[in-house]
Amino acid sequence: MNRDGVFNFISSILVLIAGLIIGFIILLISDASQAWPAFRTILTFGVGSARGMGDVLLQATPIIFTGLSVAFAFKTGLFNIGATGQFTFGAFVAIYIGIEFVFIPPWLRIIIMIVAAAIAGALWGAIPGLLKAYRNVHEVITCIMTNYIGMFAVNYMIINLGIFDQGRATTLPLPDSSNLPSLGMDRVFTEQIGNFTRYSNVNLGIVLAIVAAILVYIILEKTTFGYGLKACGFNSDAAKYAGISEKNKIVTSMVICGALAGIGGALTFMSGTGLSLRADNVLAPEGFMGISVAFLGLNNPIGVIFAGTLVSYLFLGGNRIQALGFSFEIMEIVVAVIIYFCAFVFLMKTFLAGKIKIGKSKKQQDIPQHDAAKEEEETE
Amino acid sequence: MTMFYFIAQATMIFMIPLMVVALGGLFSEKSGVVNIALEGKMILGAFTGIFFINRVQLGYISFLPEFLSAGNGLLAIALVIAAATGIVIALLHAYAAINLRANQIISGVAINMFAYAFAVYVTKQVTGTQNLHFVDQFRIRSVPLLGDIPVVGNMFFQGTYFTTYLGFVILALSVFVLYKTKFGLRLRACGEHPQAADSVGISVAKIRYAGVLLSGGLAGLGGLIYIVPITTVFNGSVSGYGFLALAVLIFGGWRPMRVLFAAFFFGIMQAIAASWSEIPFLFVLGLPGQFFRAVPYVATLIVLAFMSKNTMAPKAVGIPYDKGSR
Repeated sequence: MNRDGVFNFISSILVLIAGLIIGFIILLISDASQAWPAFRTILTFGVGSARGMGDVLLQATPIIFTGLSVAFAFKTGLFNIGATGQFTFGAFVAIYIGIEFVFIPPWLRIIIMIVAAAIAGALWGAIPGLLKAYRNVHEVITCIMTNYIGMFAVNYMIINLGIFDQGRATTLPLPDSSNLPSLGMDRVFTEQIGNFTRYSNVNLGIVLAIVAAILVYIILEKTTFGYGLKACGFNSDAAKYAGISEKNKIVTSMVICGALAGIGGALTFMSGTGLSLRADNVLAPEGFMGISVAFLGLNNPIGVIFAGTLVSYLFLGGNRIQALGFSFEIMEIVVAVIIYFCAFVFLMKTFLAGKIKIGKSKKQQDIPQHDAAKEEEETE
Repeated sequence: MTMFYFIAQATMIFMIPLMVVALGGLFSEKSGVVNIALEGKMILGAFTGIFFINRVQLGYISFLPEFLSAGNGLLAIALVIAAATGIVIALLHAYAAINLRANQIISGVAINMFAYAFAVYVTKQVTGTQNLHFVDQFRIRSVPLLGDIPVVGNMFFQGTYFTTYLGFVILALSVFVLYKTKFGLRLRACGEHPQAADSVGISVAKIRYAGVLLSGGLAGLGGLIYIVPITTVFNGSVSGYGFLALAVLIFGGWRPMRVLFAAFFFGIMQAIAASWSEIPFLFVLGLPGQFFRAVPYVATLIVLAFMSKNTMAPKAVGIPYDKGSR
């Protein structure tokens, strides 16, 4: 376990360094004279001021949630590429309540918004889960379909349910009382520019993200419930043999994934930064970022917190280097390269795991024999 | 009647790229490699193709002979470039999926993300904006002789592009290659039961490489075929057509002729979604544009839910080939 953890950490760092080197090369090609200042900006802006750090945490919140959603699915043997649709549905429901139900007292309203978003995301996640469990349809395909259906449905509802801002083609801004409280964190994450103090918009969201990550970790690693979910993902035949209902677990797992992504959607737009849900037929990028974050965090809930913060850091760095004349997309290329290398990390890991297992396998030979006999029956 | 012809022509414009890209996906999946990166390959194919057209039209590339520097000669070269780009990017996918036996979905996600970022980055670097403009000199107002046939001529041979007919040629070739050649048989074997293919001396790795590269070439080609008729500005997006093509492939049950019909169905839905407000009959129904845009996806979901018990997917798709397993 410990050795595994060290290995994971080292491989993540290597992947990150490889990505950054490629980023630096692209900076050099783009504009050699400004490449070094830009690279320094990317590396240091977040630690240079407390406000920068606060902004990193704010931007990390949505992708930690979608990252958790994808990582949870992966741990239970599913690939949740549908986080985008679940995210959008959750966001829409939360925004609708936040705008239309202002008669509810603020603290209660905020709780209802988050819970309703979780339910909406969970329902949207349940569709691929049900189709996988009962109709044997691969979840990647259904997730792609539900992403688009969700987006078109939400666009339609935004435009027709009276929360549409015609000018910006987005939802109307939330009233201030529907935004998450900052818990005084804005006073901590500040930046002094001359006589001005600039505050970060960081809020309760990041705290919820960390709590959610810890909860997911506890569920997966410390409870029987989580063990059952993981068992299905690891070896569905063995799980069936142990009396675990696979169909039930698949649906449960997708519901939890959906809820996580849905909450992420709600929190994203409750930050008071003027960010609104778009209604222009474009899929929400946060869902796909979740895939990157999950794999960069090696699908470990705690790893996802760090990976989400890191990706947020890189993207904000991308924003900052625009001032030096570089395009933001350079950082997207860096993240894409990092994800591509992540595919190899798994390979290295399974390679290593295979080496360790060889020593043990002699003791466990009677168990796989059962599987082998069963497989033979199936192939005949 | 004019409206009818308009819809027919629009359907062809939407359906051909879907069909070409879905056929690309078909080659990859029939060989046993999941191809979620179709979108990214489309984007990069469209990008290099349009970039080339843009450079030629602005006079930066002037060494081309007369007949290749304007009109359909230019488009032909751009199509070759788009296909080549798709193949190059498919190499990355093939290397990860076949040589390294890595997770095919992760590398697909990475390629999709890279494609958009790379296209926009280079465009900004060269033009200073996110937009690549080009002049559409490729539209064929009426095909000689065939365009004069009543009804059929109006529907298929007027206001068209030669890429439409190229699409049908690709379809015919795909059917021929898959079902009438030794290579096609081997390709299908590697997707159904790679161990069996290996046992009779077929190199699974080589066949899968061929499948993935063919898929990349067709996806790149499809990207440019999609962009040319519908716009004169490319901004790094093919609006999710790669994913839609994946749906076409599944809806078509991994069979080329059914892919044709699936593409036709999806194409007509897209054509209606693009022009629903001008069709009196649909406008009166009061159905929103989003409805027609969502229909292909909903239809795919429903078909999947009812057909899945006897799934038509290649059996070994998505599973890296391991000589040691049975």
